[in-house]
Amino acid sequence: MIPAAFDYQVAESADHAIALLGEHGDESKLLAGGHSLVPMMKFRLATPTMVIDVGRLDDLRYIRAENGHVAIGALTRHHELENSDVLADACPMLKHVASLVGDPSVRHRGTLGGTLAHSDPASDLPAAVLALGGTLVAQGPSGTREIAANEFFTGYFESVLAPDEMLTEIRVPSGTGGWNYQKFNRRAQDWAIVGVGVADGGKGVSLVNMGSVPLRATAVEEALAGGASAADAAALAAEGTEPPTDLNADADYRGHLARTLVLRALTEAGVS
Amino acid sequence: MSVIGSRLLRKEDPKLLTGEGKYIDDIQVAGQLWMGMVRSTQAHAAIASVDLSAALEQPGVVAAYSGKDLTEGYWIAPLPCAWPVTPDMLNPPHYPVAVDEARYVGDIVAVVLAESRYEAADAVEHVVVEYEPLPVVASLTDAVADEKLAHPELGTNKAYTWAIDENPDGVQAALDGSAHKVEATYIQQRLIPSAMEPRGVLAVPSPHGGDITLYSATQVPHILRVMVAATTGIPEQMIRVIAPAVGGGFGAKLNINADEILAVALAQKLGKPVRWTETRTEAAGSTTHGRGQEQHVEIGSDADGKITAIRVKIDADMGAYMQLITPGTPLLGSFLYHGVYEAPAFSFTCEGFFTNKTPTDAYRGAGRPEASYAIERAMDMLAAEVGIDPAEIRRRNYINGGEKFENWDNPAGLTFDSGHYTPNLDLALDLAKYDELRAEQARRREAGESKQLGIGLCTYVEICGLAPSRALGDLGYGAGGWEHATVRMLPTGKVEVVSGSTPHGQGHETSWSMIVADKMGIDPADVTVLHSDTALSPLGLDTYGSRSLAVGGVAIAMAVDKLIDKCKALAAHQLEASVDDIVLEDGNLQVAGSPDTATPIQTMGFAAFTAHDLPEGMEPNLNEAVTYDPPNFAFPFGTHVCVVEVDEDTGEVEMIDYVAVDDCGQQINPLIVEGQVHGGVVQGVAQALWEDAVYDADGNPLNPSFMDYLVPSAAEVPNIRTDSTTTTSTSNPLGVKGVGEAGTIGSAAAAVNAVVDALSHHGVRDMAMPATPQRVWRTIDAAKNGGQA
Ligand SMILES: Cc1cc2nc3c(=O)[nH]c(=O)nc-3n(C[C@H](O)[C@H](O)[C@H](O)COP(=O)(O)OP(=O)(O)OC[C@H]3O[C@@H](n4cnc5c(N)ncnc54)[C@H](O)[C@@H]3O)c2cc1C
Repeated sequence: MIPAAFDYQVAESADHAIALLGEHGDESKLLAGGHSLVPMMKFRLATPTMVIDVGRLDDLRYIRAENGHVAIGALTRHHELENSDVLADACPMLKHVASLVGDPSVRHRGTLGGTLAHSDPASDLPAAVLALGGTLVAQGPSGTREIAANEFFTGYFESVLAPDEMLTEIRVPSGTGGWNYQKFNRRAQDWAIVGVGVADGGKGVSLVNMGSVPLRATAVEEALAGGASAADAAALAAEGTEPPTDLNADADYRGHLARTLVLRALTEAGVS
Repeated sequence: MSVIGSRLLRKEDPKLLTGEGKYIDDIQVAGQLWMGMVRSTQAHAAIASVDLSAALEQPGVVAAYSGKDLTEGYWIAPLPCAWPVTPDMLNPPHYPVAVDEARYVGDIVAVVLAESRYEAADAVEHVVVEYEPLPVVASLTDAVADEKLAHPELGTNKAYTWAIDENPDGVQAALDGSAHKVEATYIQQRLIPSAMEPRGVLAVPSPHGGDITLYSATQVPHILRVMVAATTGIPEQMIRVIAPAVGGGFGAKLNINADEILAVALAQKLGKPVRWTETRTEAAGSTTHGRGQEQHVEIGSDADGKITAIRVKIDADMGAYMQLITPGTPLLGSFLYHGVYEAPAFSFTCEGFFTNKTPTDAYRGAGRPEASYAIERAMDMLAAEVGIDPAEIRRRNYINGGEKFENWDNPAGLTFDSGHYTPNLDLALDLAKYDELRAEQARRREAGESKQLGIGLCTYVEICGLAPSRALGDLGYGAGGWEHATVRMLPTGKVEVVSGSTPHGQGHETSWSMIVADKMGIDPADVTVLHSDTALSPLGLDTYGSRSLAVGGVAIAMAVDKLIDKCKALAAHQLEASVDDIVLEDGNLQVAGSPDTATPIQTMGFAAFTAHDLPEGMEPNLNEAVTYDPPNFAFPFGTHVCVVEVDEDTGEVEMIDYVAVDDCGQQINPLIVEGQVHGGVVQGVAQALWEDAVYDADGNPLNPSFMDYLVPSAAEVPNIRTDSTTTTSTSNPLGVKGVGEAGTIGSAAAAVNAVVDALSHHGVRDMAMPATPQRVWRTIDAAKNGGQA
C-alpha cells in the first residue's frame, strides 16, 4: 500500500511526454487518471522510477463529431464521456458504457486513453471500443499512426504500443444502430465478471473478461452475418475463448455467463 | 419533556463529519519513528535466519530487530489471552515477533524502525528471511484430521473441548423419538472486519520520567492499559492509554495486538515515540478475522413441528494463536442455539482447533450470529420437512407460546430477562406484506419465470450487556463486566459525565447526554461526556458485546440519580423543607405542591462549589460515581424479513426488500438504534452474499484487499425498513437491552433463508455462504439437471 520511491515530472505537451519516455526508457510510465497505475504502484506491482504526468494535457480532452466518426482526446475522463451530448447523438453506446465504469470518483479521474493503454481484459471501455470497431491514434518519436482496436490488444495488460508511444486520440464510428452492453458483477463498483458489448445491430460483439485481452466474439458475429438467430448465435459466445478462473467465477461458469449475456444483449439490441 | 425516546441528532457528528475528529493518524509528534513489519510469507515455516544487515543500511533506518533480538528485557509475558475457556486449554506462548517458527502468512518475523513511514516500508523489503517450510494446517478439515500440526510442539491441533451437555442420553433419546429430524452442517466462513479506519498505534515515552502514553485506535483502552503492564512489566500507574477518535472496530479493535506491545517496548527501549498504522493488506490478513466455524446441527420435532431436541457440535477455527478472546468467541453463542424456541432437550459442544491462519476473534455479534444462523437455517429446513410455512413453525415453538414472559430459564442455564415474540413477528410480516409476497412467489413459480422470489425469515434472540462479573467468572473470563460512571455538576450548572465505556462510532456522547438530560430535566447540550483516556476516566471496561447502554448507560443513570439526590438534599436545606418533600420537575427542584419554591437544579452546582451553606455533613461539590455490575444479561430479539430475487439464468441474487423489527427494550434514541440496525444488517447480509476470506491449500490468503474481498456498498442493499416493539428488560432499571450487534445477528440467516426459499420448489434445501452467483447457479443447475452443486 506504500509505493516504492519514484521521480515525477509533469509533461507540458504530448511531444514533451514522448521525449521524456525516450529519455527514461523502460523505467518510466505515463500517468493519466492514475486509477490503474497508482493502485499497482501501491501494491508495488509496478515500480516505475519516473512517472510522467500527462493528466494535465487539456488539449487532449475533447469529444468532437467529425466526418462519420467521433474523435475523442486520450485524456478525456470517463465522466466526460458519460455526460457528452456529442456521444448521445453520435455514439450512445460509449456514453452508456462510460457510466458503468467503477464509481463516480473513478469516473472523474480515469481516462479513455488510460483504460485502453492499460489493456485490462476486464475493463469496460476497451470492449466497447472494440465492438464499435474503433481506431486508436498513437504518437511516437517519429510521428503518429492509426491502429484498429481489433489489432491493439496483444496480451494480459499488453498492447502494440511501443514504450515511447502515447495514445492521443480514439475514434469511434458514428452510429446509433442497435446496441447494448451487459455488465455482470457482484457489486456496482466492480469490474465485470463477464461483460458483453453489442454494436451496430450485432455486427460488432465483444466480450469482457473472457480471456487475456478484450475479445471480439467472432463466432457470434459470423453466425449472425450468416443469418443465424440470436439464440443460435449466442450459444457460440464462448467458442474459442479461454476464460480465466478466479474467486468470482470458474471458466465454465464464465462460458455460461457469456452465452446468457450475449443473448440478452442481442435481444436488447433488437437482434432476433 | 422526555428526552429519552427522541430522535436527537448525534452530537459527535458535526466534528467527525467535518474532519475535526482527531484520529490516530492526526496525532503527529516530533522525533517519532515508524515501525515497518516484516511479515511471514509462509503459512508455517521454521525461521532459519533473519538477515537485517541490508535493511539497516537503508536511508532513515534507525533500528531493526528479529524475534530472537526481542526476548530478554522487552516483555515479561506473551500476548494475553483473557479467556482460557477450560483449565486444560492449550495456549502456546504468542510473542509479538515470532522467534523460531512463523505460524501464519502475516505473522511478524522482524520489525524495522525508520524516520518515516515510506522509509520503513522500503527497508522492510531489504530484510532477508530464510524459511524452512513446515506442513500447513490450511483448513478446519486439516485441523480436525490432526495429521499436520499448526503447533508441532503441542502434538495436536485441538485446543479445547467445551460443552453444555448434562444429559446426553436424554438428548439422544429425544432425537431418536422425533417424528421429524433435520441434520445439517453449516459453514461460517472467515470474515475480515473492515472498519473505516485501520488500526494504528503511537507510543510516546518520557525517557527520563519513565512513564509512557500509548495512543491506540482501540475499543478497549482500559483493558489495554492493564495488559500493557502485564506484558511489558511497566508499572501500570505509569501507563496512560488514549483511544482518540476511533473509526469503527466491530471487534477487531477489541484486542491486545503485537504492534501495540511492540510500540511500547521499543519506545521505552529507544526513548523515542514509536508509531505504526496498518495498511489495508495488514488489516485484512494480520488483524483478527471473524467467524470460522463448522456447525453440525441436529434438530428433532414431533409430527406438528414442535421441537423435541437440539444437538449442536461446533468445530471452531482459532487460527494460529489465541488472541484476547479467541477461544471464548464461539461460546458467546453457545447458550443461544435453541434461539427463541423451547427446546426440551439441548446439547452443545464446541471444539477449538489451531490452524496456520490469521487468528480469529470477536467480530460484530461474536458467536451469536453463528448461533442464530444455525438455528434459523435449521428451522427453515424443519419447516420444509414438516411441510409447514416457515412463519408457522416459528410460532409453534416460541418460548411461552409467543406470549409475554419474564425471567425464563433457558436450557443452557441462562435466564432470559424478557420476551414477547409473536407480536414482533406479526409486525414484521405485516410490514413485509408477507401474504402478498407468498402469492407473488406462487405466481412466478407457476409462470416459470426466470426471476424467482424468495422470502427469508429470521427470528433471533441474542445476549447483550456482557456484564454480570460473577457469570463471566464462571465462564473462565479473565475480567469482570461492570462499568463505571461519574457525573458531576460544574459550578455553572453544566454537567460533565465521565464514562468508562469507550465509543468508536456508536454515539455514546449523545445517548449519555440524553440519559442525564432526561433525568435532570435539562438541555442535552448542557452535558459533555468525557471518555477514552485512562487519565480522564481511570475506571472502565470499554465497548463490545452490545454492553455500552445496558451496563455503562445504566451506570450513568444511577450516578445521575445519586447526584439528583444530593441536589435535593441541598435544595431541602435551602428551602428549609424536608428532603422527602422535594421533587424535581422540568429541571426545577421544589417543595411538592409549591411551585413558588421552584429552584433550577442547575443552580445547585454553584451552591455546592462555593460550599458556603451546605447542610451539616455534606461534602462540597457535586460529583457522584457509580460502578454498576448488573445482575443478569439482557436478551434483545427481533424478526428480520429479507426478500430476494434470484435470476435462475445467472444465479444472481438481488435483495429487493428488507424489513427489520427489533426489540431492544427501552430505546434512548431511535435514530441511533436505526443506524445500528442498518449497519448491522449490511454486515450480516455481507456474510450471506459477499464476504469470504479465502485461503489456498498452502495457507495463502487469496483476497486480502478491497478489490477482491467484497464488502457491499449502499448500492447493493435495498432501503432497509425498520420498526420495533418494546419489551423492557428486567435486568436493569432503565429497561434497556442493547442493539449494537442485533442487525448482524438477525440478517445472515434471513438472507440465506430467502435465497433457499426462492429455489425450494426445485428441491433446494440449503446454500452455503456466501451465496455467490456461481454457487447459486451451480445449485440450481444441480437441482434441475442433476449436476454437481
Ligand atoms: C475502484 C476502481 C474501480 C474501477 N472499476 C472499473 C470498472 O468497473 N471498469 C473499468 O473498465 N475500469 C475500472 N477501473 C479502472 C479505471 O477505469 C481506470 O481509470 C482506467 O482503467 C485507467 O485509466 P487511467 O486514466 O486512470 O490510467 P492510468 O492509471 O493513469 O494509467 C494506466 C496505464 O496506462 C498508461 N497510459 C495512460 N494513459 C496513456 C496514454 N494516453 N498513452 C499511453 N499509455 C497511457 C499508463 O502508463 C499506465 O500504464 C476502476 C478503477 C478503480 C480504482
